Amino acid sequence: MSDQIILRVATKIIVPTILLFALYVQFHGDFGPGGGFQAGVIAAAAFVLYALVFGLRRTHRVLPTWVVRTCASAGVLLYGGVGLATMIGGAEFLNYNVLAHDPEHGQHYGILLVELGVMITVFGVMVTIFYFFAARGREDL
Amino acid sequence: MINHLPILQVIVPLMAAPVAALVRKRGVAWFITVLATWASLAIAVLLLLDVRDGGTIRYALGGWAAPWGIEYRVDTVSAYVLVIVAGIGAIVTPYALLSVRREIGVKQAPLFYSALLLCLCGLLGITITGDVFNLFVFLEISSISAYALIAMGPDRRALHAAYKYLIMGSIGATFIVIGIGMMYMMTGTLNMADLARLLPSVGGRTVTVAFAFLAVGISLKLALFPLHQWLPDAYAYAPSTVTAFLASTATKVAFYVLLRVVFSVFGVVFAFETMSLHWALLPLAIVAVLFASLTAVYQGNVKRLLAYSSVAQIGYMILGVSLATVTGLTAGLLHLFNHAVIKGALFLAMGAVMYRVGSVRIEAMQGLAKRMPWTMAAFVAGGFSLIGVPLTVGFVSKWYLVLGAIENDMWLVAFFVLVGSLLAVAYIWKVAEAAYFKDYIGDLDVREAPLGLLVPMWALVVANFYFGVDANLTVGVARQAAELLLGVGP
Repeated sequence: MSDQIILRVATKIIVPTILLFALYVQFHGDFGPGGGFQAGVIAAAAFVLYALVFGLRRTHRVLPTWVVRTCASAGVLLYGGVGLATMIGGAEFLNYNVLAHDPEHGQHYGILLVELGVMITVFGVMVTIFYFFAARGREDL
Repeated sequence: MINHLPILQVIVPLMAAPVAALVRKRGVAWFITVLATWASLAIAVLLLLDVRDGGTIRYALGGWAAPWGIEYRVDTVSAYVLVIVAGIGAIVTPYALLSVRREIGVKQAPLFYSALLLCLCGLLGITITGDVFNLFVFLEISSISAYALIAMGPDRRALHAAYKYLIMGSIGATFIVIGIGMMYMMTGTLNMADLARLLPSVGGRTVTVAFAFLAVGISLKLALFPLHQWLPDAYAYAPSTVTAFLASTATKVAFYVLLRVVFSVFGVVFAFETMSLHWALLPLAIVAVLFASLTAVYQGNVKRLLAYSSVAQIGYMILGVSLATVTGLTAGLLHLFNHAVIKGALFLAMGAVMYRVGSVRIEAMQGLAKRMPWTMAAFVAGGFSLIGVPLTVGFVSKWYLVLGAIENDMWLVAFFVLVGSLLAVAYIWKVAEAAYFKDYIGDLDVREAPLGLLVPMWALVVANFYFGVDANLTVGVARQAAELLLGVGP
């Protein structure tokens, strides 16, 4: 579809907006509806749209497979890492109270980091699934 | 760190899984897997020792006390199952190195190990958690990774088998979550201990229906006859390591879930007196033993034969539960451990045959005992144990099962257990006859399996005889667990 100028221009405008919205959903998740899972899916949708218009080859150049795969693992490690940090801090697994001097701040940081981990993993897995389906039967990719 | 053991039990494999997926070299991924599984086993053993001395261990996740937060709860029953699952994991992973090199592609191998670790994490999580919804989440983690693992099988039919398991497994999981939802609706809690406290006072039709949904859903995961359709193909076409691992752990953990839900959540009185669960389980268990054993006799693929035998063995375990006495439940729990070591040894032997010969059909095994004496000897030794020859673990569990049946004056049930054992003789003999009394006709370059495969296999065979001769430890733990479940123990 990359010969369609309207689609091309529109995509270039929409993709950053989608990514921004994903970050909004991510970080506003404390106060309103949203959170890591939704944000991860929305962020992945931006790349799916890009791939639909500009093709898989160019998307791979923007977002190589190894990055996506690292994301899928890194999110889980971040999540578990927060848990381990709270254990080293002397509390139970995922007891965020010990992450800062003020337990209330600790809870805040903790949930932000854990949700960030969720977002990174969900994003990675979603794009991986899309890449696999889109590349089926195509030897050149 | 010692008071964090319950969470470490789950977190160690969970954290090792993404690391294994990230590395490029399959040897490194394998090494991480071995480290993680052995660490899990060490944790499980420490937990069992702790529980036997000091009673139930409780761990509140995130510092939120139960019933508001998720609670991990280790008692004798869960610690016993944890040791079995982690132990099989620790024995199977060293075996995986060579077997995976033969059966799984270079690029897929790190992902394979990652999925294996996730599956282990899920199974351990199901066992350790004291929260029914958390249990469901772990059930999904273990099932989804199991589907992926089965689909990686060397045969193309593995895909179909995994798909069938996916559909059946998802139906089972849906039933379970519907049951959990109904319990939550009636009581407003998801904590098992809290549910057990509140359920008797609410009662009513919703609770009855919740019980029915849970029983059917878990039976699907457990492969209780006639819901076992997914199991034979899944076991037959999965990679050898996966078959050995899943056959010794997945259905066992589902059995544990059944015990937890029936005895710890709903309670003996509701399950067996109000709902008459034993009249549903007892006939199905007996039919499972007879029908599955009979089907096993007619199989040409030995892995499939053993898979049908697994369905029959699940029948024995359920038979123990349906007696609802200490002896019966002890027999069921004993068979949980004993069947894990029996089937583990048998499937690892088949994995070695697959490694050298490339097929596990009976025709491919003709005269193989001359070429692979140690492997076939392990198979026959495991087979003896499956039949229940004295001095093996199979004898110990059948002894208690028959004892339990006779205690209840169910002579017919005891008779069917013995008929099942005779059928086991028939299907094991079929393989043994081909291996020992036929002439070898296969390739000339087939040799004994390498030590990397023989050592884990024989470790399980030795366990079969060791715990068959000295059954004090297993019987002691199983009896303590049974008394705890029935609420009659100290």
